[in-house]
Amino acid sequence: MANNKTLLELSDITQMYVTRQHRFTALKHINLNIKEGDFVALLGPSGCGKSTLLRIITGLQQATFGKVIYKDKELVGVNQNATIVFQSFALFPWLTVLDNVEVALEAKSFPKKMRTTKALDLLDRVGLDGFESAYPRELSGGMRQKVGFARAMAVDPELLCLDEPFSALDVLSAESLRSDLLELWIEGKIPCKAVLLVTHNIEEAVTLADRILVMEKDPGRIVKEIKIDMKHPREYDSPTFKRYMDEIYETLAGKTRPRYIEAGAAPGQGGGTRLLPNIKVNTLATFIEHLVETKLPSYELYKLEEELSVDSEQIINFTEATELLGLATVDQGEITLTPAGIEFAGADIQKRKEIFASIIRELPTFKWMLQQLNKSERKRLKKDVILTALELEFPEKEAAEQVDNIINLGRYAELIAYDDNNEMIYLESPQSVLELLDEA
Amino acid sequence: MKKPWELKYFRWADVIILLIIVVALFIGVQLAYHAPKSFAKETISLNIKYIPYYAGKSLLRMGAAYFLSMIFSLIYGYAAARNKTAEKVLLPIIDVLQSVPILSFLPVVVLSLAVILPQSVAAELASIVLIFTSQVWNLTFSWYQSLTTIPTELNEACNVFHLSPWMKFKKLELPFGFVSLIWNSIMSWAGGWFFLMAAEIFTVGQKQFQLIGLGSYLQAAANTGNLHAMFAGIFTLVLIIILLDQFVWRPFLTWAKKFNLQTVSGPEAAANSWFYWVLRKSNIIDRFNKRFFFPIIEKFDERFVKTFPFRPEQTVAKKSSSVKIYIGVAILGIALIYGLHHTIVYLFHLSWADWWLIAKSAFFSLLRVFAALALSMLWTIPVGVAIGSNQRLATFMQPLVQITASIPATALFPILILFLLHLPFGLNIAAIVLMMLGSQWYLLFNIIAGVNTIPQDLRYTASLMQLKKWSYWKNLILPALFPFLITGAITASGGAWNASIVAEYVSFNNRNYFTTGLGSLIAQSTAEGNYTMLLASTLTMVVIVTVINRLLWRRLYNVAKEKFTMQ
Repeated sequence: MANNKTLLELSDITQMYVTRQHRFTALKHINLNIKEGDFVALLGPSGCGKSTLLRIITGLQQATFGKVIYKDKELVGVNQNATIVFQSFALFPWLTVLDNVEVALEAKSFPKKMRTTKALDLLDRVGLDGFESAYPRELSGGMRQKVGFARAMAVDPELLCLDEPFSALDVLSAESLRSDLLELWIEGKIPCKAVLLVTHNIEEAVTLADRILVMEKDPGRIVKEIKIDMKHPREYDSPTFKRYMDEIYETLAGKTRPRYIEAGAAPGQGGGTRLLPNIKVNTLATFIEHLVETKLPSYELYKLEEELSVDSEQIINFTEATELLGLATVDQGEITLTPAGIEFAGADIQKRKEIFASIIRELPTFKWMLQQLNKSERKRLKKDVILTALELEFPEKEAAEQVDNIINLGRYAELIAYDDNNEMIYLESPQSVLELLDEA
Repeated sequence: MKKPWELKYFRWADVIILLIIVVALFIGVQLAYHAPKSFAKETISLNIKYIPYYAGKSLLRMGAAYFLSMIFSLIYGYAAARNKTAEKVLLPIIDVLQSVPILSFLPVVVLSLAVILPQSVAAELASIVLIFTSQVWNLTFSWYQSLTTIPTELNEACNVFHLSPWMKFKKLELPFGFVSLIWNSIMSWAGGWFFLMAAEIFTVGQKQFQLIGLGSYLQAAANTGNLHAMFAGIFTLVLIIILLDQFVWRPFLTWAKKFNLQTVSGPEAAANSWFYWVLRKSNIIDRFNKRFFFPIIEKFDERFVKTFPFRPEQTVAKKSSSVKIYIGVAILGIALIYGLHHTIVYLFHLSWADWWLIAKSAFFSLLRVFAALALSMLWTIPVGVAIGSNQRLATFMQPLVQITASIPATALFPILILFLLHLPFGLNIAAIVLMMLGSQWYLLFNIIAGVNTIPQDLRYTASLMQLKKWSYWKNLILPALFPFLITGAITASGGAWNASIVAEYVSFNNRNYFTTGLGSLIAQSTAEGNYTMLLASTLTMVVIVTVINRLLWRRLYNVAKEKFTMQ
């Protein structure tokens, strides 16, 4: 397949967003090419811009800088030869399964008779014969996505783009649909020349793709390209498969940096504020407990996926959170608990809160906020004050999420209290609690 | 693929369809037969046999206005939803326009039209424009809202699969907005009837305009105190409303169920129309559809797709397309400033005494509007909660309430006036009752809908805790109803202001009854042809309504949405 023609090429794609205060780079200097016969996966954590990249590739969106070249021509507008299978299926709820597929053909001005024949054939191929007259709401998620696949194939696309197509499905449906897709692709029953899969699920990417482009966020960029040299069907348990999983985890989880870099700076000081993770402290505790139970000094991340039955994205989230909080360190795809982490796992609820409080008190963002609170009259601050400070560095939506995370973690640690009615953050103390209750 | 029962040539549904066709033909013939011989100078006859003819004319007027409203809404909504720059201009415009008291439009429209057209045509057009303005705003808002809430991925799917604009409209946008368009059409028609009653006969200065229709019939009956004719007219009106409900709206709603995105158990899910099922089961209709209707639609589609093909580059937002809009805004701005200058000069003709009168009137109307709202809430909250929490009562009461609500209050005014004028303080107090008639239903419907959103679990919890009556209302019912109460109150207060124009100034038995109020001032200055006063009082009302909307209702609504919404 090495000599195949190039189908699509991205040259130096950069995507920027401009808000009132700042410019944010969503995608930075993306270069990639897809050849005929390729099954490529774009893999990365949420927020790394992989879906945006897909929309740029299909022409639904225009990049701020850079070119999309499709078959030696620069792409203008929607790519006529590409199609998308959507995460949310994007079926018309008021059309039957058959009509949903026919719409795509109708748009290509097929006459009515041919439309029906072709649509029926496609539905047959994905195994939906007998469900032609059903409405999407009558079908399970997996079956709905099959309609999505049939519709995408109806237009004889050259480039089939899959936008997290299995993410909205339950584990078993996703599994079965993946193998169906693979079968159709390997046997050449999918009429397209290349497939581009966007996913955050490491195992999924290794199972399906021949080439994985690993992306990282802030700013969204491609950090590694991995060729998967394995025959189908790929065994999860095989050493090669595990080696690939390990390699990707290594790339995505990175290596824990020295404390002062890992913790980042406070808002307004140079050096970039580190975002606090959106995690539930209780589930994080379960994650750490599990690590303690293995009784190993360090543990390979990719194994956790199966043991905790969560997907790779959550593992990465947990890992990053433990790194930031200094509960664990990561190196070469392996996680090691720090003494603080081990102590945390063994403590009871109240003690955990104390450990947690002592840790986040030292995080620059929290330090900064607690200082502001201490300086303020009556030891309280409007939520907006924190928000405005963060908006100088992050897009509005991210800043708002970040404030929620800060409040959430601070409440758990009993460092701060928050009153949603007047959107006020208080320094937690016995008086402030009484005051709060008084006002409510 | 045909099932055996489909092969039968005639089904009971076909009998009903045939009967309907026969009756419709008969009515048509009757209308033609009874129509007055000469159309030259028509005067209203109170003879009951003319009522169907009058009703037909009114219905046509309503239909024409509704058609215009629909076209306008579709285009305006598109423009506002598609272009961010246009949105910033177009939305505030309709927001303000919808608080302009509709009845004060009338003289302006009539007189300007009368300059270029024969008087009868001008009056006809003016009444249609007036009805249009009472129907159009909520339709436009609903369409705009539908367009902007379509899930992104569905929109992207349309682009990826290259659906032409027409197909996108047919397969995505129209189905998505359909249910809400139908509900808003029902509301629009109710609003239209309300103003039709007032739009068919009116005096502007020295000139009396009269159109032939049900509204003017009722008005004439009221003026001569002919109770017999009044009841016949109201009966016809109610009959038309019921027929429309049964043969148009309910079938549409039943059909529209398939466009519902979720499985909702609100009022729309309950809609079930016998007539719709008759249509579905009838072979005659089926054949008609297959032979004529569907092929025509297919041809129509092809034509449209060819005329407006999919253009890939259009789906990507262009960066400089707003230049034209800025030019448009600039031109509009200059025109506005010019107009504003003249308006101010014009308003200088008014004396201090006039302004004092306006202020005093505005104050009284404001009091009346709030009194009407408070009184409406007083009865609609308990009644709405009772209907909403009791399934059996609901199935029985809902249709009844819906029919009652759709009888335009303006039709009932003359009869009510007969009784209300004998009350102490006369029209001063009676006007409040009349304003309630035009506004209370919005509250009732919203309260019923609100009660339906209270989860059963919460009710159980409340009864397990053995909450006292007051505590139950304070902690569960009232907070849960709050958002709905506000939504209802916003519409109701708009309705009350509009109703003030007809409620504070009433002609009955060839006498004019009026009381101090802004509505009355508008109605009086219309009748006297005092345009300066008309302009000033209308502007005052616009300002008051807009300010109250922004300062009171919007804020309450935001609080309600954030704090009291069930999740």
